[in-house]
Amino acid sequence: MKSKAKYVLFFVLPATAMLCVFVIYPVARTFTLSFLNSDGKFVGLQNYTRIFSSRDIIDLKGFSRGFPLGALIHNLLWIVVHLPLTVILGLSLAVLLKNVKGGSLIKSIIFLGMVMPMIVGGVMINFIFDRNLGIVNGVLSIFRISGKSWTAYPDTALFSLIFGSVWLWTGFSVVLYSAGLETIPKDYYEAAQLDGASSWKIFTNITVPLLRPITIVVITMTLLWELKVFDIVYVATMGGPGGASNVLALQMYTYAFRAFDFNRSAAVAVVLTLSTLAVSLSLLKSVKDEQA
Amino acid sequence: MNKKLFWTILGWVVGLIWIIPFVGVVMTATRPLDELLKGWWNFESFHPTLNNFVSALNHPTASLRQGMFNSLVVVLPATFFPLILATMAGYGFSRYKFPMRRTLFAVVVITLALPQQTIAVPIFQLMNWLNLVDTYLGLIIVHTAWGIPWITFFMRNFFTTIPKAMEEAARIDGASDIAIFFKIVLPMALPAIGSAFALQFTWVWSDFFLALILIYSPNKLLATQRIPLMRGVYHVDWGLLSSAAILVMIVPIAVYLLLQRYYIKGMIGWSLK
Repeated sequence: MKSKAKYVLFFVLPATAMLCVFVIYPVARTFTLSFLNSDGKFVGLQNYTRIFSSRDIIDLKGFSRGFPLGALIHNLLWIVVHLPLTVILGLSLAVLLKNVKGGSLIKSIIFLGMVMPMIVGGVMINFIFDRNLGIVNGVLSIFRISGKSWTAYPDTALFSLIFGSVWLWTGFSVVLYSAGLETIPKDYYEAAQLDGASSWKIFTNITVPLLRPITIVVITMTLLWELKVFDIVYVATMGGPGGASNVLALQMYTYAFRAFDFNRSAAVAVVLTLSTLAVSLSLLKSVKDEQA
Repeated sequence: MNKKLFWTILGWVVGLIWIIPFVGVVMTATRPLDELLKGWWNFESFHPTLNNFVSALNHPTASLRQGMFNSLVVVLPATFFPLILATMAGYGFSRYKFPMRRTLFAVVVITLALPQQTIAVPIFQLMNWLNLVDTYLGLIIVHTAWGIPWITFFMRNFFTTIPKAMEEAARIDGASDIAIFFKIVLPMALPAIGSAFALQFTWVWSDFFLALILIYSPNKLLATQRIPLMRGVYHVDWGLLSSAAILVMIVPIAVYLLLQRYYIKGMIGWSLK
């Protein structure tokens, strides 16, 4: 059995070593930094109280005054609007396009949003909502509504980004749901049709429940995307105007590499990390429950 | 029958909505400025030109020709190294029992979900200490480490589905485990490696954040880093910006179209744990 150990080292050690030095150690270091001040002294939760009482992160006055509401609340808004839209659109488009001639071509087009670099995705969002060239204003002008550059105003910047991101991300849920639909046996549908069930009944009683595992995965991955969103915000609005479309990932970057406050940025990074871990661990748990 | 027609039309309308922004950037990139004043959807006069692409490639402060070359220099090794290291690790996790195996694999799975912001500051400090800030070697190392968890996970799942019979037969013939891996297992794993290649290649090409914190010399900037520089401060030159956007997105889209089957398989395998 001695020789086995040699092979284990050969196969597993190089990757593990890279992972430990350049991923695990930095993660641990970020957690440590979040409890220290800039002189390296332990300060307990001070960095956390600082960020949670900062208007950059939570700005409750915004609810009466208007945007910004703070990066954390913007991320929550992102989830509230973006998650149901992409899940419902993904499922209904997957079902619709399954039975449409040329459906797979349309699916490929929708999926292009996922394939492009997100830095380009942000430029595309600017373009869609641009005052002169944007298709949104092009459509509005038909109804004689005068437009603006939607991403440049505090009250519309965040929602423009969120709707633009629906355009980019829906391809992901369409593809996953389409793969899921392939796994549902045809007999189920045939049996239901023989019983005279309506298409809507078939959809709610067969399709939706059988796609439950896919839905869990789509929700998890979409939540992770909404928490981690950075590139499109950076290029489309830089979190502005006046912080009106700021998000946690961008705030972490600004604290660290613009204000050079590594400890405050570490606290933001930890908050972000814990939320993504909570999301992915609940996925792992529900997969386990499903298998049990 | 009419119902079927209705759904088909609805499907095509949805496809149209999704493709319009792409048509828009292509139109904006290929038409002179004065034709765009009434919107790119106005075709009273139509004189397509490639001038915008030429000026994006030769941009004085953010040349995309240089940027795309730089990106390739980073992407090729940053795809190759994690693929080989993580394929080996995935094989190790699927074929051998060793102490801490479960713990180690759990760590791999947990790191899958992390945002890059979690490692940003310490990575910057570590690279600074190693004198690797503003070098491609530093960026390639970080991309390699960052790609390892998901490829390991993906390949391990693949290896658990293929039978061990061939490997055992070779072992009886006296082949060493390492020879078995390179001569028998790797060729069998090519489809899965193709999927991992397609995704890792496009992700590294598309990466912005890691490049943003590690690379800052103007002549070293990658393609994605040059896009934000292309927009003017006071007004946006949409012809230039659209052609730059097309040039940068065409590479991952080409990979996707060429390796579509592998790409989608990877996407599904990556998320359906």
